[in-house]
Amino acid sequence: MIGSVLAALVIGGAVAAFAIAWRPAIAAIDPPVPQSFDAALVKRGRDLAALGNCNDCHTVRGGEDFAGGLAVPTPFGTIFSSNITPDAETGIGRWPEAAFRRAMRSGVNRDGQHLYPTFPYDHFTNVTDEDDRALYAYLMTRQPVRAPARANLLSFPLDQRVVIAGWKLLFLRRGTYQPDSMKSAEWNRGAYLVEGLAHCGSCHTPRNVLGAERASAQFAGGDVDNWHAYAINAQSPAPIPWDADALFAYLRDGWHPDHGVARGPMAQVVSNLSSVPESDIRAIATYMAGVFGAPTPDRKRRAEAVLAQAKSLSVQASKTNAVGASIYAAACATCHETGRPLPYGGVNLGLSTAISSSDPRNAINIVLSGVRPVEGERSPIMPGFAASMNDDQISALLNYLRARFSNQPAWTGVEKTIADARRTQTVFLQTSPGPHNAPADATQRDKP
Amino acid sequence: MMTLKVNGQNHEIDADPDTPLLYVLRDDIKLNAAKFGCGLGQCGSCTVIVDGNAVLSCVTPLLLLEGKQVTTLEGLGTIEAPAPIQRAFMEEQAAQCGYCIAGMMMRAQALLQKNPKPTDEQIRAELEPHLCRCGTHMRILRAVHRAIRLMDTADASSATPRRAQ
Amino acid sequence: MNAPVILDRRRVLAGGGALIVSFSLAEAFAQDQAAPAAVPVPNPPGSLKGSPFLDSWIRIDADGSITVFTGKAELGQGFKTAFQQIAAEELDVPFESLKVVTADTRFTANEGYTSGSNSVHDSGTAIQNASAQARELLVAEAARRFDLPAENLRTESGSVISPDGRRLGYGELVAADMLHVQAQPKSKLKDPASFKVVGQAVPRVDIPAKVTGGAAYVQDMRLPDMVHARVVRPPSYGAQLTDCETSAIEKLPGVVKVIRDGNFLAVVAKKEFQSIKAMNALSAAAKWKETAGLPKQDDLLRALTGLPSQDSTIFERSNPLAVGQKIIEATYTRPYQAHGSIGPSCAVAQFVDGAMTVWTHTQGVYPDRQGIAEMLRMPPASVRCIHVEGSGCYGHNGADDAAADAALIARALPGLPVRLQWTREQEHAWEPFGPAMVTKLKASLDGNGAISDWNFEVWSNTHSMRPGGAGAMLAAQHMAQPFAVPAAKPLPLPEGGGDRNAIPIYKFPNAHVVHHFIPAMPLRISAMRSLGAYHNVFSIESFMDELAVAAGADPVEFRLKHLDDPRARDVIEKAAQAFGWQKGQKAPQGRGFGFAFARYKNLAAYCAVATEVEVNRETGRPRLVRAVAAVDSGQVVNPDGLINQIEGAIMQSMSWTLYESVTFDDTRITSIDWQTYPILRFNAVPDSIEVHVINRPGQPFLGSGETGQGPAAASIANAIADATGKRLRHLPLTRKRIKDAIDA
Repeated sequence: MIGSVLAALVIGGAVAAFAIAWRPAIAAIDPPVPQSFDAALVKRGRDLAALGNCNDCHTVRGGEDFAGGLAVPTPFGTIFSSNITPDAETGIGRWPEAAFRRAMRSGVNRDGQHLYPTFPYDHFTNVTDEDDRALYAYLMTRQPVRAPARANLLSFPLDQRVVIAGWKLLFLRRGTYQPDSMKSAEWNRGAYLVEGLAHCGSCHTPRNVLGAERASAQFAGGDVDNWHAYAINAQSPAPIPWDADALFAYLRDGWHPDHGVARGPMAQVVSNLSSVPESDIRAIATYMAGVFGAPTPDRKRRAEAVLAQAKSLSVQASKTNAVGASIYAAACATCHETGRPLPYGGVNLGLSTAISSSDPRNAINIVLSGVRPVEGERSPIMPGFAASMNDDQISALLNYLRARFSNQPAWTGVEKTIADARRTQTVFLQTSPGPHNAPADATQRDKP
Repeated sequence: MMTLKVNGQNHEIDADPDTPLLYVLRDDIKLNAAKFGCGLGQCGSCTVIVDGNAVLSCVTPLLLLEGKQVTTLEGLGTIEAPAPIQRAFMEEQAAQCGYCIAGMMMRAQALLQKNPKPTDEQIRAELEPHLCRCGTHMRILRAVHRAIRLMDTADASSATPRRAQ
Repeated sequence: MNAPVILDRRRVLAGGGALIVSFSLAEAFAQDQAAPAAVPVPNPPGSLKGSPFLDSWIRIDADGSITVFTGKAELGQGFKTAFQQIAAEELDVPFESLKVVTADTRFTANEGYTSGSNSVHDSGTAIQNASAQARELLVAEAARRFDLPAENLRTESGSVISPDGRRLGYGELVAADMLHVQAQPKSKLKDPASFKVVGQAVPRVDIPAKVTGGAAYVQDMRLPDMVHARVVRPPSYGAQLTDCETSAIEKLPGVVKVIRDGNFLAVVAKKEFQSIKAMNALSAAAKWKETAGLPKQDDLLRALTGLPSQDSTIFERSNPLAVGQKIIEATYTRPYQAHGSIGPSCAVAQFVDGAMTVWTHTQGVYPDRQGIAEMLRMPPASVRCIHVEGSGCYGHNGADDAAADAALIARALPGLPVRLQWTREQEHAWEPFGPAMVTKLKASLDGNGAISDWNFEVWSNTHSMRPGGAGAMLAAQHMAQPFAVPAAKPLPLPEGGGDRNAIPIYKFPNAHVVHHFIPAMPLRISAMRSLGAYHNVFSIESFMDELAVAAGADPVEFRLKHLDDPRARDVIEKAAQAFGWQKGQKAPQGRGFGFAFARYKNLAAYCAVATEVEVNRETGRPRLVRAVAAVDSGQVVNPDGLINQIEGAIMQSMSWTLYESVTFDDTRITSIDWQTYPILRFNAVPDSIEVHVINRPGQPFLGSGETGQGPAAASIANAIADATGKRLRHLPLTRKRIKDAIDA
């Protein structure tokens, strides 16, 4: 199936070669002097880069900022992020602003080659010229790092960039975001950021077989690095429905008492967001609250029941899963049922989206690896249980948590998911500001 | 009543199944090395090895350990016949108050059993869960590096084949 | 003339049977002086002042085995080993043949607290001299028996040897009360050039047990029938227990007793985990009325300087001819910081037949005994405190309180040994913190770029609530008939507390130093490693760099310009040279170089620290790349022990300086574990730390346990300023503060 579609793309791409597949190179320039950029513009660019979470993909743990080299697994192979420091030879030091803008708008590099849509220009195309200018100013004033690009690991014909031309034909809607005059300025700002720089859909929207976001299922949930990015629309599995205030607090602080703490790949996102203007976070929260939609009365009632139950702490024995119940009582309740408030007490698991989600991966990842401290800063610490629990024990525990703390049907395939999680060794995309002495192997999993 | 295998010996433990391993080791079996530092899984002082993996014994209830092998520092060697890791820490004088050291050593031991030649970066990353308030970190790292060399020599000179990586 | 009798020691020494003896010193020391035997000798060295009898320090048994007594405690600094070295050296016996007994109110001299970096200076000196004088007495006795002049005899490996090869072992020579004599002010000490064991990196005697699971800590004690206790502390200072239903807790498995004495709440159980469960249940059952009103954490500067203070000028120098042109001012602040001992405090106590024994890791067994006796309304002689190692305490942590808790509980369970263990949260919330401090500096530079005028003001609480009697201990404050917290008193100079190292060691023509002593203590505070010196040196040495920058001078050269003390100059030059410090140097991109120096208390060890720090421009994250230190501690006893202490000081000070502040809301301490009070982890450990020791053979021992804290802090701060071009003055220098400064 993929083969024939790809064939179509190759042929289509070849047919459209002159019109679409071939893009002219833009002439290289001498690397601009950092002092030539206006300080205020650079500052604005920094905020935008934080919103865009650029350093997350373009920095390897233990590596230099923005020097690229992060391996991003896709169903088609592994793509390595590029060096976007202003290094003249191996980075974007010789890129004029027009080339940067074209990359953001159309996914083409200075040489005229198509960029793989792992770089989410399907979102960045929404970014205005002014914002691209600020981002350019910011990136061109970073520390240049010599780091040659790592070759992508793709097999033929995917390694032929002309294939991307076909993909773009099908899936890229070029052009900056167009405001909706019926909505408030704040909503529009939020939409602009979410659909654009923040590229939430890149993780939170499911993709089709060609790796493009499914427009009809926007924000219905996706995958990143063996984590599940929850649905953030009306299908949200969160026991307590999200509203604008909760979203704002969570994105700003990285946690919320009714939801838990942002960990996994989301940790770096909220870490970046902690430095951007509050008004931008408000805007994102306002827009996303609309995407989540107002909860149904039924869902509201269930939420109230969950909150009430969360306040009365008692460990229940289970008739059907005594093993899971006793593991929970002995290993988990000591932190998760003390009533110590978040973010330093364990979240009451009845409030946890991980337990209510149809996908058990996140819960498994956290049980295995725990939550690691941020260097030198107050942050939650949870021990991991990969070494002290075997697969049967984790399985029993998870089934117990699902039965006790959610009103959803039992997970299936838990045993396999646990084994996969252990084997795949979860990649933590930078959960702390680039620790210098982290293992150079970016796939080494955090050990408990 | 539960049978717990510690340092190769079976012990009949009369404790509640939710008792953390740390208290079973210290209170029931009267072993000293694993220490109470926080009871919260935040400092590493309680680290022991279970089935080859380093584990925080203060957050590991007894009921998880059925059929598993527990190794503590006492099981590695004695003053008269120290294991390479113990010799290394003595030779480097890698201790000030010494309270965190047993946990550090067990974590390092588990690492070296899996990867006999870790890099300095890997050792530092491995010791991340461990706190040392006296600031003995440099010596601890030197001691682990020394243990690598001692284990290498020991393997090279012993008749048994080298453990697979 | 009759010498005073101390019955306990008599039993130890003579193996039973009291003997009262007079001893003429004239024979033994005829060659040195002709002191009349009847008069107590003035000014013996070190702690011999307080305990002048030699047998307070050295015991030699008939079988030749030798025990050395010190009133100091092994805190993990290697003192036991150091004292063993000193005694072995002066007694001329193999190192392994000695045993050291540390602080025990029954057996050892009262040396107050193991603190202030005084131990080697006080106790080491006493042991050194007592050993030397004991050796002299043994030689004199051998001379008598050999019928030869003493100066013809030599000692080696525990024997006195005559020129013709006759030998008498110390055990054969020692007579019952030979050592029950008062020390002379001067001893015939060995020539440092002939030292065999002092100055050598002798391996520490305590490490083997610690790396093989031997019993090494008070936490490892197991006595027959021992029971496990936990206290339930109030949620905040001054909280009152309004209700506590204890009957259900008494019925929990293994519970032996629940103790409620006013606001003091504790539970005892047979097994340790049972005591923990019972403690949690008791804590849930306790209802408190909270009254504490804590200051605004974000505005400590205003909070502290707004409190009433006793102001004194502690240093004044005036030279109206020296006039400055350029004036620089700066204010520096330090938050409350915690000892954060890795092992929460612990004590074992047993009350038998009216006598209380407490095994404790307190720094001062005598004052602790005093306080516990007062609390229990018992005569001090009925209380015995024995020091057993705990984890590093770095000053006045929860150890004394745990000892009092254990004693109070043990009294309620006569006969049973009670092991009382604090939790992590209790240690974090209830330990006495290092006090928050404010310093304001103002100085002017003359036309030659030299400092012409120096003004320094420091605001601080006392830095010690010891000795405080019962009132300094939580159990006594909380019990139904409580003891009042003693009034805060400043520690006198030259050592000082909040003003420790406030007086600059540099030579300024005009200088004015003021200490604003603040008696009111909104948070519980006491002594923490280096006391006020950490912040005062941080301030002075940061400010010296600010002045150097204003003068366009190299920081190292600038310091030397204002210093005449040759030993100070030596450590500075040594550290700079070993680091590769070059005038006009430029650190690699994103990095900075920093330098700082201090002489602890202006009378203890000298220490200079040079650092290279990397600052990530994007995140503000500071990273110590390398540190090079030089230290002069006088005569070095154990160089490896010394290096260990300085390395540790640099690491610990870095953690304080970059990360640490106690947090609190308006009622409670909120930094109660390692999540909320993060400290250094391995991801911040530098590439290297070098420590260069400048040995001064024959010079007095200088305390070194605290000398690195201040210089390390300032050196790092100066390196950050060099790397970023921004000066940060408010501790801790967090990543966020650095980032905000870079962005500003």
